[in-house]
Amino acid sequence: MSTETKGTGTSRRGFLKGAAATGAALGAAGAARAEGDPLITEVQEWASGLGEGVDATPYGMPIEFEGDVVRRNVEWLTADTISSINFTPIHALDGTITPQGCAFERHHSGAITLKKEDYRLMINGLVDTPLVFTYDDLERFPRAQQTFFLECAANTGMEWAGSQLNGAQYTHGMIHNMEYTGVTLRTLLEEAGLDAAGDLKDKWVYVEGADASSNGRSIPMEKALDDCMVAFKANGEALRMEHGYPVRLVVPGWEGNMWVKWLRRIEVMDKPVESREETSKYTDTLEDGTSRKWTWAMDAKSVVTSPSPQMPIKHGKGPLVITGLAWSGRGAITAVDVSLDGGVTWQEARLAEPGKPMALTRFYLDINWDGSEMFLQSRAMDDTGYVQPTKAQLREVRGLNSIYHNNCIQTWHVNANGEANNVEVS
Amino acid sequence: APAMAEKLGLGRTATDSEIAAWNLDVFPDGSNLPAGKGDVWTGEEVFAEACAVCHGEFAEGAGNWPKLAGGADTLDHEDPLKTVGSYWPYLSTTFDYVRRSMPFGAAGTLSDDDTYAIVAYILYSNDLVDDDFVLSKETFLDVELPNAEGFIVDDRAETEYGSFTNRCMSDCKPGTVEVITTVVFPGDPNSGFDATPISQAVMGTAAATPAEAEV
Repeated sequence: MSTETKGTGTSRRGFLKGAAATGAALGAAGAARAEGDPLITEVQEWASGLGEGVDATPYGMPIEFEGDVVRRNVEWLTADTISSINFTPIHALDGTITPQGCAFERHHSGAITLKKEDYRLMINGLVDTPLVFTYDDLERFPRAQQTFFLECAANTGMEWAGSQLNGAQYTHGMIHNMEYTGVTLRTLLEEAGLDAAGDLKDKWVYVEGADASSNGRSIPMEKALDDCMVAFKANGEALRMEHGYPVRLVVPGWEGNMWVKWLRRIEVMDKPVESREETSKYTDTLEDGTSRKWTWAMDAKSVVTSPSPQMPIKHGKGPLVITGLAWSGRGAITAVDVSLDGGVTWQEARLAEPGKPMALTRFYLDINWDGSEMFLQSRAMDDTGYVQPTKAQLREVRGLNSIYHNNCIQTWHVNANGEANNVEVS
Repeated sequence: APAMAEKLGLGRTATDSEIAAWNLDVFPDGSNLPAGKGDVWTGEEVFAEACAVCHGEFAEGAGNWPKLAGGADTLDHEDPLKTVGSYWPYLSTTFDYVRRSMPFGAAGTLSDDDTYAIVAYILYSNDLVDDDFVLSKETFLDVELPNAEGFIVDDRAETEYGSFTNRCMSDCKPGTVEVITTVVFPGDPNSGFDATPISQAVMGTAAATPAEAEV
């Protein structure tokens, strides 16, 4: 402040008085505003009293006002809640890491309680020495850490025949994305020794869980030795019970069913088992009645998470953040395009970070919404050059009965009120 | 085999009895099947006791629980019925899955003979064997399930990947788009089957009632 202004009446205090006087001149309607927002002008309780002590919450939950950001199930989708599914609230999340506490669950005989002390992992079959590991053994192997998405093969599966459920949580929420720490499957197989297996090219591993359903699946040796992980930490902490505590398999890019939870056995084989989960289930019936088997990879896919049916536009016209998720089981996302007009024209969205292989990627498109209706779509492209198809394109190849692997472009119809609905467009 | 990393000496050798306890998988060629046998009529009794409450007396399914029989020749229909008889390729899977994971809530309680008998009854319920059939390790490969040849290995690399590469940015469709179908359940999806569709599906093949999920 210069010496010249000092004593001239244009002090800070004088400026504030002047501003108040100007506000009052706006008349009665402006009085409240002139006096200011009471959340600012009046001392609030939280700015005066005391909050909770550091001993109140040894392990915290989200604040109560976020009570809607929870897993939801849909009762009539399955016969019971034990062999069933629930959905991640992807509509309300941002970034890419899924909070474990609301990351979706899919069990075939419930989420079991398995103590580390009771945990055993067996490797048997065509190995030099069949082995049994305790949990403590696993923590002594050199570790790997990486972030991957897990998408249920049936994600979006209810939508094959039409638009069924109203919300990204329900149509696309059988997915989560976590930073895993564990041991590579390769490390464990090499500890047992693979000389006995001979040529590894045509060999398989069978992986099964400790739960009653066992969820056994056959995985080609090439994948097992490439990037599979036997994980015991996710997002920094132990796996949640419902996600396989204490140990699960991580199968990057491949359908979630193969990510065997409560992993108890790995068998090296010269042929696949053709288990229930790779014959009766997780096979994809085509229009002519034949069915694809071993459709392991999850293809490039995306969805606008907001606006969406559970996330209507409430702020009116003007700046609008369109955001969503993209992912590919065959590599990294290189681009996401967004259409406001149902796919007639597209513009490239902004990736929050460069796409990582087989992990969720966040995209944003900032627009100035003029209040007119939109048919919002997103379209992912991965580093193989694959471009996410429309539902019509997929139906043309597969028909309507594939159940699994529906990676079609999703359309949300946003009306002039900002409300969004799940639709299919021409 | 590729060059192997140096071993760390962690873990211990699994015993034969440990491997036998957990290594239950049965392969399509019948390998790893246990000794034992079971006939259709024994199977009917065991099934009535252990299975019928969910799967129906004749394996036809009860309520929303899986149907194990029926649906022959429906796989190319609008709403295929996929059962052991109509869809499953290998009998080994039925034996393996039943012995390992059924009954739901009491898995691992069936003897090998009971499992053979139940599988024999499921075959009978699907009209695939006569009522005097005895299933055993020896007769296992005598039965070929109808849809054994019904599966192809993932062919997306040939049928899809080459054609899903067009990143059109403008004038990608003629004119303006129209809504073909709009959501069946506009609100809380737990309002269930009784929720009123807000519009009928226009597409001939689109469902006006929700498809039951198979997750």
